[in-house]
Amino acid sequence: MELKEKLMSSYLAFEEQVDMENDIHSERNKAIKFFESTGFPTKRMEAWKYTSLNSILKEDYSIFPKKEDAIDYKDIKKYLIHDIDTYTIVFIDGIYSSHLSRTTHDKLDACLMSSALNKSKYKSIMDKYFNKIVPEESMSSLNTAFAKEGAYIRIPKNVSAEKPIQILNFSTGNESALMIQPRNLIIAEDGSHVQIIERHQSLTDNPVLTNSVTEVYVGQNAEVDYYKIQNDKTTSSLIDNTFIKQERDSTCSLHTFSLGGKITRNNLRFYQHGQNCNSILKGVTILEGKQHVDHNTLVHHIEPNCESHQDYKGIFSEKSVGVFNGSILVDRLAQKTNAFQSNNNILLDDGATCNSKPQLEIFADDVKCSHGCTIGQLNNEALYYLRTRGIPKKEARALLMFAFANKVLGSVKIPEIKKRITKQIALKLEVELGFNL
Amino acid sequence: MLNIKNLHASVDGVKILKGIDLEINAGEVHAIMGPNGSGKSTLASVIAGNEDFEVTEGDILFEKANISELSPEERAHKGIFLSFQYPIEIPGVSVTNFIKTSINQVRKSRGQKDMPANEMLKKIREKSALLDMDRKFLSRSLNEGFSGGEKKRNEIFQMAMLEPKLAILDETDSGLDIDALRIVSDGVNRLRNKGNATLVITHYQRLLDYVVPDVVHVLVDGKIVKTGGKELAKELEERGYDWLKEERAEMT
Repeated sequence: MELKEKLMSSYLAFEEQVDMENDIHSERNKAIKFFESTGFPTKRMEAWKYTSLNSILKEDYSIFPKKEDAIDYKDIKKYLIHDIDTYTIVFIDGIYSSHLSRTTHDKLDACLMSSALNKSKYKSIMDKYFNKIVPEESMSSLNTAFAKEGAYIRIPKNVSAEKPIQILNFSTGNESALMIQPRNLIIAEDGSHVQIIERHQSLTDNPVLTNSVTEVYVGQNAEVDYYKIQNDKTTSSLIDNTFIKQERDSTCSLHTFSLGGKITRNNLRFYQHGQNCNSILKGVTILEGKQHVDHNTLVHHIEPNCESHQDYKGIFSEKSVGVFNGSILVDRLAQKTNAFQSNNNILLDDGATCNSKPQLEIFADDVKCSHGCTIGQLNNEALYYLRTRGIPKKEARALLMFAFANKVLGSVKIPEIKKRITKQIALKLEVELGFNL
Repeated sequence: MLNIKNLHASVDGVKILKGIDLEINAGEVHAIMGPNGSGKSTLASVIAGNEDFEVTEGDILFEKANISELSPEERAHKGIFLSFQYPIEIPGVSVTNFIKTSINQVRKSRGQKDMPANEMLKKIREKSALLDMDRKFLSRSLNEGFSGGEKKRNEIFQMAMLEPKLAILDETDSGLDIDALRIVSDGVNRLRNKGNATLVITHYQRLLDYVVPDVVHVLVDGKIVKTGGKELAKELEERGYDWLKEERAEMT
């Protein structure tokens, strides 16, 4: 059976598990109808021109995995930022694991979407926020249709979360192939501050397809600092759909570290709904083998006096493929917008590919927008310079790549993440650094 | 220490060096002067091992061994250092981490272990003070956004750290104001000793007031046309290079 048909018939079974009287369910019904009419994205669609999902859609995925408790902390520890105190929300095969998680309702909510969707005390919040900024698109609609579990985070007005919150999705390989669709909702109310780390990780080589949707609401003068660590097995694929709505005077920065996975697609959209917003989108992508990463970004400048900064760097070796499709949309009202975008790529092998497509649509007449993309090899002059200092060619090449990728890490605010990613990058590039990280 | 015999070199098939003979002994400072385009920087690059240049004839001997076929890093390991005319900006690597990597790679080539961290730190402090460098400077990305003077100071800082046997200073004075020139020259002078040698390449005589050469060579059209003492530099400052170009034209 085709995956689409399987999903459509699974939807009927899914309905039996959820409260069909709940208002949320009408959203699900609408979404499944939309998905039914469009199906999975294909390369014929402009936004998917360089990424084909065909190779991952042919697996016979389980849609409803069995509950599995056999995972211990020691199995997952290395995938956590464990050297600092954090709240953690852990899902195993899409199912919440209470014994691996550390949630809270004290001062802030860091807990479960299933509670938020079902408990009446959250109803007014769900009415206000759930599925309000998710566009009707094939993959995000599919997620909405099956929306049931994920992380629910709410930081009340003027609260600063004193520790970062980690959202972790593990898959065990208990199913021969697994599809999971986490649904996250993050609300940072006015004047609040929160740091979030998200990771999807398979523990075996069985195929996994994750189609996640995250809605992030950043209130007035609030600050959200978000890190996505994508360093999964080459048998796992991820379609990440993240939608961020910012109110006035807010800041949201989102770093995406794409270091592994079969196919990774990041649909990342920022909507600036107030003046003086700042949106920061950064990415480091380092791939080898036949891995494929597609960054599809949009910053929509709706109000005047806002800023956005996009900076994505990629290093591609062997037969890996990188795609960057970065859009900046400036509405007629959004005067004095400062929007910057840069995408730099290094191709190390003849078989590696990179498609970079900046897309600027500007309807205001008093704005500063710039974009630049480069695809190239390492700078030979720089290589020579390092070699005259006694650094051998191989190490010099690695050091230059490291430096290139490292540039993006300057804005990482959690030192443990910076250290970990730096190490990971050094490891991937086989850099023998003469200094400790 | 350095013995260059009948060196010919070209880039993209264009002949630039047309038979250079040069001998530099330990403890000496040599200056190479000459008009623009005479091949001064090419000579520096060829000694350092830049692969963009092809040595078509002649040999470069360093401590009696022929180094013509060695890579830039192998030459650095032997103790040759080139201070760049235009140091390259490398965003993402701090000055400190760069110099640590450099020093430890050189040590590795000599079969030595990494320099202990405290020793490294001490050395970095000492040498950066020698060049009057701010501590903040050391944590900045290598040459990125450095002023002309900062870049040159950083070159001499690297030289101080690496303690080469032969230092080639390629137009180290260009773009320096008088204060920076004094700091850089002081640094160079303090690093001089009986065991090392310096080759100063410059267009102007100004630097040679501070780093006083034992021998001055004049390079015109890829050949050394005149060699003399430090007074030759003064003469060139007054008379320019044209009279030497004419002499060279008459010779050929």
